[in-house]
Amino acid sequence: MNYEPEADWRPSANIEVLRLRASLLGRLRDWFGDHEVMEVETPVLSAAAVTDPNLQSMETRAGGLRRYLQTSPEFFMKRLLAAGAGDIYQICRVFRDGEQGRRHNPEFTMVEWYRLGLDMHGMMDEIESLLSMLSVGLRQPGPAARLSYRALCRQYADLDPFLATGEAIRQRLDDAGVPVPETLTTDRDGLLDLLLASVIEPALPADSPLFVFDFPASQAALARIRPDDPPVAERFELFLGGMELANGFFELRDPVEQGERFERDLQRRRAEGLPAVPVDGRLLAALEAGLPECSGVALGFDRLVMWLAGCDHISRTLSFEAGRA
Amino acid sequence: MASYSTNEFRSGLKILIDNDPCVIVENEFVKPGKGQAFNRVRIRNLKTGRVVDKTFKSGESVEAADVIDTEMQYLYADGEFYHFMVPDTYEQHAADATAVGDARQWLKEQDICQITLWNDAPLSVTPPNFVELKIVETDPGVRGDTAQGGVKPAKLETGAVVRVPLFVEQGEVIRVDTRSGEYVSRVKD
Repeated sequence: MNYEPEADWRPSANIEVLRLRASLLGRLRDWFGDHEVMEVETPVLSAAAVTDPNLQSMETRAGGLRRYLQTSPEFFMKRLLAAGAGDIYQICRVFRDGEQGRRHNPEFTMVEWYRLGLDMHGMMDEIESLLSMLSVGLRQPGPAARLSYRALCRQYADLDPFLATGEAIRQRLDDAGVPVPETLTTDRDGLLDLLLASVIEPALPADSPLFVFDFPASQAALARIRPDDPPVAERFELFLGGMELANGFFELRDPVEQGERFERDLQRRRAEGLPAVPVDGRLLAALEAGLPECSGVALGFDRLVMWLAGCDHISRTLSFEAGRA
Repeated sequence: MASYSTNEFRSGLKILIDNDPCVIVENEFVKPGKGQAFNRVRIRNLKTGRVVDKTFKSGESVEAADVIDTEMQYLYADGEFYHFMVPDTYEQHAADATAVGDARQWLKEQDICQITLWNDAPLSVTPPNFVELKIVETDPGVRGDTAQGGVKPAKLETGAVVRVPLFVEQGEVIRVDTRSGEYVSRVKD
């Protein structure tokens, strides 16, 4: 026997933080139980993968077949919704290749739930009350605010995200001292993403939740698009302490449009040299059968713990971060 | 040519930027909720020492710089080049004044230095953290003033000038921290 002893066998979180995690998981389950939201479990391994070019699935093999680790339980949960499950939630591990940093670990815990008949703002109301319940006796958040994506960019970057040219966004990044990759010159959404991550997020309030809603239609992901002028995606994100904590949709129900979005994603993947992935035909069939009108949200549990426990690195909230796994 | 994906970025990694060898000093992964991920890095140009910030789209690849640090013994200077030798192999390398830079004032024959090689050519020279050098010129000491008090300049055998306590005499050997250029102590024979 010749094993190298490794000095970093200890947990990356201290035991107090793990106790906090355990107690929060208990509170979450109680809260969902009280609100008659059913806990579900869905497969971690799937034959299909998410097509979003900004999400890289990990691959493995099972029984000789290629399987993808979920980046979110969304597709399975929507199949349950289409099958009549009603309000459901899940607390599970999700996996995203290449995401590692102060606020990212390649596998992390997601709290995802769906509410029938709730629109985007109704869902934000629910998250607000959930947050205040979870923080009782811990760190109290300040009053929550809501800003449209357009108002957010105007307020924090003095720029209209729907009208600004790519050149103007680039200029704004230059002014803020943020270097822009040469490969990003013509990608407006990419430039806006960099602006959000590098200029806006650091300026957001440290202690008050901020909901940002009505994203550009080009950033709809799986949200419904409302035909305003300009059209906007009925999608929202919750920021707390300058961190994105949750992302929610008033869910897209149209199978044809969903199929078109998959196709567009795959084209972008090809153009960017990213691996092609099998589209989830069963999700499309479920939408065809009928998804009830609903909103859904995914909340990053580890980041919530980060904020509540005042940790400056996600690894301090994880029993064993990726480097010690 | 070897290359690194942004996934492999970490501080200390040597990469090629605009054809210059650079080292990553800091690496931060950022990603807004649903969008494009980025690596925001701070890099130091190993030729010029200049530190700049750069942003990469996550997943992009960057060429690796063939840069390695090797310990070598300083042999001599011939007026144009400074000559170093790998003790184990006797392999010799000549570094020009640019590569030697500020290390020049601490180089004493036979001392072991760290030489950074880029494509097998010396890129920079780091002297030992501590060197022992003889004082070749300084004002006479002040007897009886050994406890505290002022300092005076002293010129060392390599040409460096350091500030030493008043009681230190010409001809003595002193220990100097090359990182700060500060006097540490006298060296007794």
